Amino acid sequence: MKIGARLSLQSIQVAYNGKAILKDVSLEVRPGEILALVGPNGAGKTTLIRTASGVLEPAQGTVQVNEQDIRQLTPPERARWMAVVPQARQLPATFTVVQTVMLGRTPYLGWLGFPKKEDEEIVQQVLRRTQLEALANRRIGELSGGEQQRVLLARALAQNTPILLLDEPTAHLDLHHQALILKLVQQTVQECGLAVLLAIHDLNLVSLYADRVALLVNGRLQREGLPAQVLTKSEIEHAYGVEVELLEHPRLSAPFIIPHSNGSSERIAYVG
Amino acid sequence: MKAPSTLSFWSARPYLVSGLALALALFFSVAVGAVWIPPQTMARLLAALAVPLDLSDVPPAYRTIVHNVRLPHAILMALSGAALASSGAAYQGLFRNPLADPYLIGVASGAGLGAVIALALRWPATLSGWLVVPLAAFSGALLTVLIVYRLARVNQSLPTTTLILAGVAVSSFATALTSFIMLRSRDELHRALAWLLGGSTVNGWTPVWAAFPYIVTGFLVLWSLGHVLNVLQFGEEQAHQLGIPVERAKLLLILAASLTTAAAVSFSGLIGFIGLIVPHTMRLLWGPDYRRLLPLSALGGAGALLFADLLARVALAPQVLPVGVVTALAGAPFFLWLLRRAKSEFIW
Repeated sequence: MKIGARLSLQSIQVAYNGKAILKDVSLEVRPGEILALVGPNGAGKTTLIRTASGVLEPAQGTVQVNEQDIRQLTPPERARWMAVVPQARQLPATFTVVQTVMLGRTPYLGWLGFPKKEDEEIVQQVLRRTQLEALANRRIGELSGGEQQRVLLARALAQNTPILLLDEPTAHLDLHHQALILKLVQQTVQECGLAVLLAIHDLNLVSLYADRVALLVNGRLQREGLPAQVLTKSEIEHAYGVEVELLEHPRLSAPFIIPHSNGSSERIAYVG
Repeated sequence: MKAPSTLSFWSARPYLVSGLALALALFFSVAVGAVWIPPQTMARLLAALAVPLDLSDVPPAYRTIVHNVRLPHAILMALSGAALASSGAAYQGLFRNPLADPYLIGVASGAGLGAVIALALRWPATLSGWLVVPLAAFSGALLTVLIVYRLARVNQSLPTTTLILAGVAVSSFATALTSFIMLRSRDELHRALAWLLGGSTVNGWTPVWAAFPYIVTGFLVLWSLGHVLNVLQFGEEQAHQLGIPVERAKLLLILAASLTTAAAVSFSGLIGFIGLIVPHTMRLLWGPDYRRLLPLSALGGAGALLFADLLARVALAPQVLPVGVVTALAGAPFFLWLLRRAKSEFIW
């Protein structure tokens, strides 16, 4: 695998139907770190992930992998540099787990799409790593949401890329599956030196798993830095328009965020 | 526990089963007809195709019937069935819609219109003349599929309702134009009328040779895109992120599927539902992997159309029904059943 790739977004602007979604966003994700992308709904997190993956072309600005503009890469080349974990929604139900994970090898296959021995081995490795071995021959339509999300993570890992983009991979998952997914990502980063950009809602998961945080508000990059620097009472209250309390995690030195049940000018039940 | 494998592709059983069914259908298709030919004679006549045999004691009429009438007809039917079923499978995968069928989405009618225009301009007399007809049909097919696609698209997806509605509307329009052209010109186009109902009126080997290159080319292109179709089942965005040049792949798929459909329609007329029933049956039996769904649909489609054609010839013998009538009688209820099922379960 290629190691040590750096993903950088430079002055990205994206507009949709004349409305600016991303306004001059610059970010850099370095090898061996998880950069969490947080912000209220509609802040542009998903748009940023889609732009970084090359699906969406920015009106201005460039996305670069190791100083090379991704527009100069062919689709398979690009897919060998970065993989995307989308949200598990509307998956083709009759594909089996192993068939789905094998699709991660697409950028390495010949034009008829037949896997080589090496591809088979990589898929088996990834299945073991993501604890999907026992489910390998099940159809993805029969799996739970958490398992489906893990299949998509496995597919991205089978792509064997130095850069990984994740779009809210823990949304709608229970505590167990949230932790499972993020621990897998964290382990892979530590072992293989991946550069990870992770769009995520849950600020408490961010403080547990992210190395750095970028706070996106209304399409602008509001703040970027270590979790303890970005996840402050004032930043969060300003970004989300809700009053919060910050606690210290009992065992880790990570901030924990609890919204007030009342006292906020706009009553928002829970931001999570 | 057995190690999970992605190589189920190589399992031979599905091909053997489908191949055997096709061989049987081919045999019966040649064996059964208005003139009774003794089985022994039939076997010798068929064997003579492969090895040199002395056929001097066989009545020449039998030879003509088997070698120049029934065999080319059966092969044309097999080719058309293979073409319709494989292009149906490809349209379903491309549109990510289980109800896409060359007939239902109007491609076949568009191809028919193109073919009839070519025929109205000049009824072909030579093989090279006949080779032009599929190209005209191809243009008609492409035009319709693009119109239907544009009309039916809602944001990023292609909902069943709009797809079928657009297909019905465009298809009715094309069919109306076809009828108009046929009513305007008298003599030879009456032949085209029978043809449009499904059933070749041109006998002998000419239509086989004229359809063969297009159907084989189209099918091979589709088959080579089997893996791409698999990836596309996860949506265009994910396909893009997995390294597929999506727009180019879609264009190739549309071109190949339309060419295949057009060649079949040019010589066998409008035959509905084969492209719907066969890929579904194959998917239920052998799973969704397009790398093998496409060849299996082709084998199954060939067998199914031969079988329908046989029914069309024996049901009201000596009268011959248009084969399109038989496939519609079987296919329309299947379509409705599928429509009900598609709402509740994942067949897809």
